[in-house]
Amino acid sequence: MRVLLFILRKEFIQIFRDKMMLPMLLLMPVLQLLILPFAADLDVRQLKITIVDNDHSPYSRSLISKISATDLFEIYAISGSYDEALKNVEKDETDIILQIPQGFERNLIREKTESVAITADAINGVKAGLGTSYLNAIIQNFNREIVMEWANTPEVSASPDIRYSFWYNPALRYKNFIVPAILVLLVTVISGFVSALNIVSEKEKGTIEQINVTPLKKWQFIIGKLLPFWIIGLFDFSLGLLIVYVVYAIPVVGSLSTLYLFAVVYITGILGFGLLISTVSNTQQQSMFVAFFFVMIFILMSGIFTNVESMPPWAHFISNLIPATHFMHAVRAIILKGSVFLDLWVDMVYILCFDVVMITAAVINYHKTA
Amino acid sequence: MNNKQSINQPHSPTPPSGGRGASLRAFLRKEFLHVFRDKRTLLVMFGLPIAQILIFGFALTNEVKNARVLIVNPSTSIENSKLIEQIDASSYFTVTHIASSRKDIEHYFRNNEAQCALILPEDFSSSTVSPPQIQIVTDATDPNFAKTVVFYLSAIITAFQQQSIPAGSIPMVIKTEIRMLYNPSLMGAMNFVPGVIALIMMIVCTTLTAIAIVREKEMGTMETLLVSPVKPLALLIAKTIPYAVLSLVNLSFILLLSNLVLDVPVRGSVVLLLFECFLYIISCLALGLMISNIATSQAVAMMISMAGILLPTLLLTGFLFPLENMPWIFQWLSNIVPARWFFIIVKSVMLKGMGLQDIWMETSILIGMTVILLAISLKKFKIRLE
Repeated sequence: MRVLLFILRKEFIQIFRDKMMLPMLLLMPVLQLLILPFAADLDVRQLKITIVDNDHSPYSRSLISKISATDLFEIYAISGSYDEALKNVEKDETDIILQIPQGFERNLIREKTESVAITADAINGVKAGLGTSYLNAIIQNFNREIVMEWANTPEVSASPDIRYSFWYNPALRYKNFIVPAILVLLVTVISGFVSALNIVSEKEKGTIEQINVTPLKKWQFIIGKLLPFWIIGLFDFSLGLLIVYVVYAIPVVGSLSTLYLFAVVYITGILGFGLLISTVSNTQQQSMFVAFFFVMIFILMSGIFTNVESMPPWAHFISNLIPATHFMHAVRAIILKGSVFLDLWVDMVYILCFDVVMITAAVINYHKTA
Repeated sequence: MNNKQSINQPHSPTPPSGGRGASLRAFLRKEFLHVFRDKRTLLVMFGLPIAQILIFGFALTNEVKNARVLIVNPSTSIENSKLIEQIDASSYFTVTHIASSRKDIEHYFRNNEAQCALILPEDFSSSTVSPPQIQIVTDATDPNFAKTVVFYLSAIITAFQQQSIPAGSIPMVIKTEIRMLYNPSLMGAMNFVPGVIALIMMIVCTTLTAIAIVREKEMGTMETLLVSPVKPLALLIAKTIPYAVLSLVNLSFILLLSNLVLDVPVRGSVVLLLFECFLYIISCLALGLMISNIATSQAVAMMISMAGILLPTLLLTGFLFPLENMPWIFQWLSNIVPARWFFIIVKSVMLKGMGLQDIWMETSILIGMTVILLAISLKKFKIRLE
């Protein structure tokens, strides 16, 4: 036990001797949490629409005014031809085109049916998907209104009355979704990177030889390396949680102790992972790039922006193996929905398995003989 | 310029042109050896685009597939079960639970067994005078997902309602024909392929170049190089060429991958695309040189290029997050990020098939930036070590 205290003291001295370390560990979480949520905003607020009105009838004008009345669409231009509208799309000035054909009103009254064409710039899939379905909904509403006005048949007036409610985030604030995720990102990046650099920097400097000749046991050395960063990681997590509450006014609905239980187990796994990279790398540059590669995959596959369940089976499988996915899910569920441990025990099992595998691999891979 | 002369003179006052070419070749060989010696970094360099293309192309979809629906059904009417069947049959939804009371919603939302709930009326049949009242409750922790789910679910319900009205009694129907330009399947990858190109080139040309030069400083081998008969400028060129080549190889690799795996072809002119990439590579190399001037150690060079260059590139090019949602200060800052203009150019040429006449403005901005960056980095390049 006394040996462990000595090695811990050495590690702390070593970490804070680096002048860049302390500001980095303190400033990085603050800056990330203050800047990223403003940049990482995938909310679809306003779409620019170009309308090609070839009909110029009361119906087409009324449809256009319906569209301009909604807050999702901003009418960028009313254009004479499709080609002109397409130019606007190519210049990135409009997101969606609605074509109202000539004879729209006449055909509706005489033939009882008519089509309009919606063309969306689908390079940004979120915008295109939401935009077309929303525009479609407006057109269907318009359809119902003119039908009521025209016929006033009781059957049609009985169209369903659908009401919506959005739970846990009634204002549909995108920040509520992304801020807890950035907390996860920050803990992952800090714990992953600093621990990945640690052993390899002793290798580069040659000081690892000196440790190797001491009677220190493998597990003592590994714990000595893990514990300081574990404390730093938890400290950063708490600091981040405070910012989430103070700056973004997102309180933790669920229990803080469950949240910390997950954080403790997760940080242990990520540190083990960083150590594993560190033991198999020869230079700091190598371990940095390898850590960058994996942390990037962890973050992207964890469902930070997209729904994990919509992924194809192979990707869903990989995503399930990644601890960040489960931590991300747990953090969001606890902070926003107030989920309790019993709701999340499966996630806990996954993270624990990752911990065991990583730490075992790191201990096995660390050879005391060079 | 004078310094350079004074360094070179004692060794080779007038080097024969063939000799100079030979030593430049030798230098190039040395630099290529440096690059190819580090297999692990090379592996990451090529693994990165593969992983990114696969993840962005297949894993990150904005589509809604098999969203879990909880249905609160107070009655056993045939109409209600028909509607439930229809929802379950659609590819967007899977009905996971049928509850009898709305009190259960909370429980299923919390353990994530349901993402939205549909509360059906006692009787859905259209014979009643007042319209049936239906409620959709969604777990809005992911707002975009919740919005999409609501649209799809109400579309299914409305369509179902219209089916139940006897044909012929519908007076007018407006049909909508929806066409998705450039990306019919709404793949997440479309926006990302140009972004991945911009990012990988930035990593190879800026980060790796900066680290490579600083490493020579750190190890003291820079001194040796500077006293050699090769001019410092040639030295610089020899240092940067392997990375430029590496990034061009990487570029062709990415284009090939996106064409074969993602079915995202280059719609515009390949020559134009290569020219623009060349411009961007030079500006990235210039940035790398600038970092190598400032940085004192590999760790510092890594920090500067990660936090100062890579992060702004990720955030402010508009390939991950739409710029128009950002606060004005970010939008303003994004104008000085070369990758932002390069991203627009690649998107236009590659995905939309546009020509030089449509992107001349972005191209001239990129040229201007490249010239300025190159001028600064060459002027600042120290040929003596303190």
